[in-house]
Amino acid sequence: MSNEGVDGGRRRFLTAATSAVGAAGALTVVWPFLASLKPSAKALAAGAPVSADISKIDEGQQVTFVWQGLNIWVLRRSKDMLDSLSKVTPQLADPKSESSTQPDYCKNETRSIKPEFLVMNGKCTHLGCSPKLMPDHPNPAIDANWQGGYFCPCHGSKYDISGRVFSGQPAPLNMLVPPHRYVSDTLLMIGEDQKAA
Amino acid sequence: MAIIPNPHKTTGFLGWIDDRFPLTKLWKDHLSEYYAPKNFNFWYYFGSLALFVLVNQLLTGILLAMAYKPGADTAFDSVQYIMRDVSWGWLIRYLHATGASAFFLVVYLHMFRGILYGSHRKPRELVWIFGALIFLVLMAEGFCGYVLPWGNMSYWGAQVILSLFGTIPYIGHALQVWIQGDYTPADATVNRLFSLHVVALPFMLVGLVVAHLIALHEVGSNNPDGIEIKKNKDPVTHIPLDGIGFHPYYTVKDLVGVVVFLIIFSAVIFFAPEGGGYVLEKPNFTPANPQVTPDEIAPSWYFCVFYAMLRAVPSAFNTQIWGVIVMFAAIVVLFFLPWLDRSPVKSIRYKGPIFKFAVVIFAADFLMLSYLGMHKPNPLFTLLARLGTLYYFLFFLGMPIYTKIDKTKPVPERVTA
Repeated sequence: MSNEGVDGGRRRFLTAATSAVGAAGALTVVWPFLASLKPSAKALAAGAPVSADISKIDEGQQVTFVWQGLNIWVLRRSKDMLDSLSKVTPQLADPKSESSTQPDYCKNETRSIKPEFLVMNGKCTHLGCSPKLMPDHPNPAIDANWQGGYFCPCHGSKYDISGRVFSGQPAPLNMLVPPHRYVSDTLLMIGEDQKAA
Repeated sequence: MAIIPNPHKTTGFLGWIDDRFPLTKLWKDHLSEYYAPKNFNFWYYFGSLALFVLVNQLLTGILLAMAYKPGADTAFDSVQYIMRDVSWGWLIRYLHATGASAFFLVVYLHMFRGILYGSHRKPRELVWIFGALIFLVLMAEGFCGYVLPWGNMSYWGAQVILSLFGTIPYIGHALQVWIQGDYTPADATVNRLFSLHVVALPFMLVGLVVAHLIALHEVGSNNPDGIEIKKNKDPVTHIPLDGIGFHPYYTVKDLVGVVVFLIIFSAVIFFAPEGGGYVLEKPNFTPANPQVTPDEIAPSWYFCVFYAMLRAVPSAFNTQIWGVIVMFAAIVVLFFLPWLDRSPVKSIRYKGPIFKFAVVIFAADFLMLSYLGMHKPNPLFTLLARLGTLYYFLFFLGMPIYTKIDKTKPVPERVTA
């Protein structure tokens, strides 16, 4: 075949234009392919924020809710419990929760929005065991200065009643506080951040 | 229409094929008339052994996939079903699990052979790079396979490894959720890792192995003397004077290697299928439990070098990403090896004392890091891991300097016995 009479410029333009359209088409199909790997509607629904009715929790009682596969504790603390927080502060590894994980609005001594209600992921930061609530004090078997708190049965890590870890424990950090907000005085939404006031 | 007769002058059925498909040509190019140096030694078994183990993994893998059920609720039980109820299922699974460990063992020795004899040097850079890519895919394949039984070690291993992506600033968490397909390793995660393990990664692996061999056969094999045998060809036949046909000479030699390998391999499969906890880890005999972490999370032994590096690097600036970067850099640096080595000679036989010393320490360092990665850290171990990591990089990154100033011996014209 002879190339005589071929318009080179036109041929190059057509080749480039066809290639560009083809490449654009190929690229658009990349999106559904990659997006299909995102959590499915089912996984999203299972991981959606969980509403928790806290109206029936008695003082000193702890209730467990499940959010995104995590055991979320809600503990209603008594005045005695809240008073204990400052008594153990010198023994804590991270009393101000500087290195620990919690939303900014819970970065305080009570690690909560309302001091009365502690919302926390009940998982030891050492190796993920589930610490036990040990509110009774004194309890010299656990600690000479035990004011009530959480004790991990696996490797003996001690936490105060805000989930703040004692220093020198196997566990390095305070237990995790998940994002949560109050829908009303009696209804909590776990997994959703408090809106900026 | 007449057909152009094939140049091999084959007739009959083979002739009919050869007129249409280069069967005889392929046989000659890659086997009977692929001339390999006649001085291959013990270290040259591991390439063909790797191929042999790959075939073992593919065959046993196909059979396992027929009885395995991916999914968080079914995976663990289906593995127990394979072990207890499927006829010979235990043998097929042990072949596959032990095969994975054997694959890495053989590949590590194969790579070390390359470092010893300079098999990565010009003109074999691409052979080496395809090999490094194979290693990378193999690691991904090993990780996916490790998660599939969905025992507790699988779960927490997946958690730890996938969290590596979570350490990337800003996009980390979203990326991790995208990769997992859920907020924690879950049903979706098992299924996609299964898909990668049995479809995507094996395709890539086989493709890369083919590319590795094509590149090798294009440039010809290196040898323990690091001499290019193509420089001395018979003036009449143009066959390298120091070359012998891969088939039958090396096919037969490699069969001896396969027999010895199988004796050791069978001993593990029949007498110690858990490999003392190194092939199959104890916590993986209990189902995945997101609430309970095993006492100690150690990856498979073949990742422990890199795991030791990951743990050795302290977190800084509120992120643990530095360890992840160092770990990946340890693999990436392999790709540059062909250009890091500046010695005028290829083989360790003619290299000087600095390289010999460096490579012996490197081997010891590799073993030490493996050991450290398998054990709980303590202050001494952490210090050793840091020194080991430093030496690992020093060995590679210092190579342009020490291979240049090192004394070398003259390389002979022809291969030695």
